[in-house]
Amino acid sequence: MCSGRIDPQFILKAFQSGADGVLILGCHPGDCHYKEGNYKALRRFYLLRKLISQFGIEEERLKLDWVSASEADKFVRTINDMVETVKALGPLKRIPAHTSTEKGTGDLQEIKIG
Amino acid sequence: MGKPKVAFYWCASCGGCEEAFVDLAEDILKVIEAVDIVLWPVALDFKIKDIEKLHDAEIAVSFINGAVRTDEQEDISKLLRKKSGLIVAFGSCAHLGGIPGLANFVNRDKIFDWVYKNAPSVVNNNGVFPQKKTGVIEGDLTLPEFYDTVYTLDQVIDVDYYIPGCAPPPDLILKAIEAILSGTLPEKGTVLAPDRALCETCKRRETKPEKAAIKEIKRVHQVMLDPERCFLDQGIICLGPATRDGCGERCINANMPCRGCFGPTSRVVDQGAKFLSALASIIDTNDEAEIRKITNSIVDPAGIFYYYSLPASMLRRKLNV
Ligand code: SF4
Ligand code: SF4
Ligand code: SF4
Ligand code: FES
Repeated sequence: MCSGRIDPQFILKAFQSGADGVLILGCHPGDCHYKEGNYKALRRFYLLRKLISQFGIEEERLKLDWVSASEADKFVRTINDMVETVKALGPLKRIPAHTSTEKGTGDLQEIKIG
Repeated sequence: MGKPKVAFYWCASCGGCEEAFVDLAEDILKVIEAVDIVLWPVALDFKIKDIEKLHDAEIAVSFINGAVRTDEQEDISKLLRKKSGLIVAFGSCAHLGGIPGLANFVNRDKIFDWVYKNAPSVVNNNGVFPQKKTGVIEGDLTLPEFYDTVYTLDQVIDVDYYIPGCAPPPDLILKAIEAILSGTLPEKGTVLAPDRALCETCKRRETKPEKAAIKEIKRVHQVMLDPERCFLDQGIICLGPATRDGCGERCINANMPCRGCFGPTSRVVDQGAKFLSALASIIDTNDEAEIRKITNSIVDPAGIFYYYSLPASMLRRKLNV
């Protein structure tokens, strides 16, 4: 799938579903089969990075890089780097399920004014 | 058979949605004649006890506005669910979380610290803070429990229909009421407004950029707004491409960009992500440094893209506040 086809909802869905990091890989600038898909991905990427940081998700958990089909070494390096980054950050705090409120969870009894 | 029973209730709400009913003017009299109102805290003196006494599903329809952020709001919503045939989430706050939902960027402690200690207009030297329970001569007074997270109504109870808008416009309210009274409602879960983007009916759509067109993003107070040209083409963020039609372009006609109060169309889950995507496709540069510069010039993207829909978004709230 062309990187320009990555709907930002896919990325958020990945984080929502439990991903600790998301790596988008596209063709090198100038090599996109659809000409400009990777540039579109690049513009979305920077907006998305800023957006997720406002949700308390570290920017480094989302990465974009260019790797062509003939760059096995770079592919391996990019994946390994991403794994290192995510390991260093640790697991992402999970978002509670949509279907329950905090009612009766016990930590609501005292309002802490600190 | 008597007239259908109807309840109105408000949760975390500003009162504007109640006002929207009153704004139906003489049309509201027709509605009131046709139904038997059993609960309407803003206007009439009924008690929750009265509702508890009703049979299950005895109320034909309950209109609930406001988001859910306290245990009391959750309890009453659940009670109304049990006692009602239909639940209608009324207005942006019940539908999507709305403006109160922006509190999901912080948490309860931060809100209390700000409201009772740190806001510049607050003087609270004696440290007077709200308590869940306060003893007085007459007995114990209690306050509802305040949640860390703001919820949409459908995250708390099953919702049958949605009337969108902050506040919903009179024509949509009347149409919805007519459909309910005449039993011509669409499929359960429907948002009772047209299922297309606002841009499709906007008068300014002729000038809406189809491809890369803007090099700079500006805020409304920084420019003289052209009253004819598409806001996006002026570099002003307008949520029209990611927002459902049906308000009559209220903001656009007042020469203000759309902030998305109608929520997304049925094909979109996350309104903010959808708008981000639309915006990225009209930024006119492929140069990385310039893309970063433009991105950084948007002061609060999450706050604008989810102005009304943060609790309904995929990520719902800020983690690690
Ligand atoms: S939707 Fe708007 S008018 Fe209605 S309660 Fe919320 S803020 Fe007020
Ligand atoms: S972006 Fe805003 S101003 Fe432009 S066509 Fe859409 S709704 Fe109208
Ligand atoms: S223009 Fe947008 S923000 Fe304004 S009323 Fe319509 S949908 Fe709501
Ligand atoms: S085909 Fe578009 S990025 Fe590879």
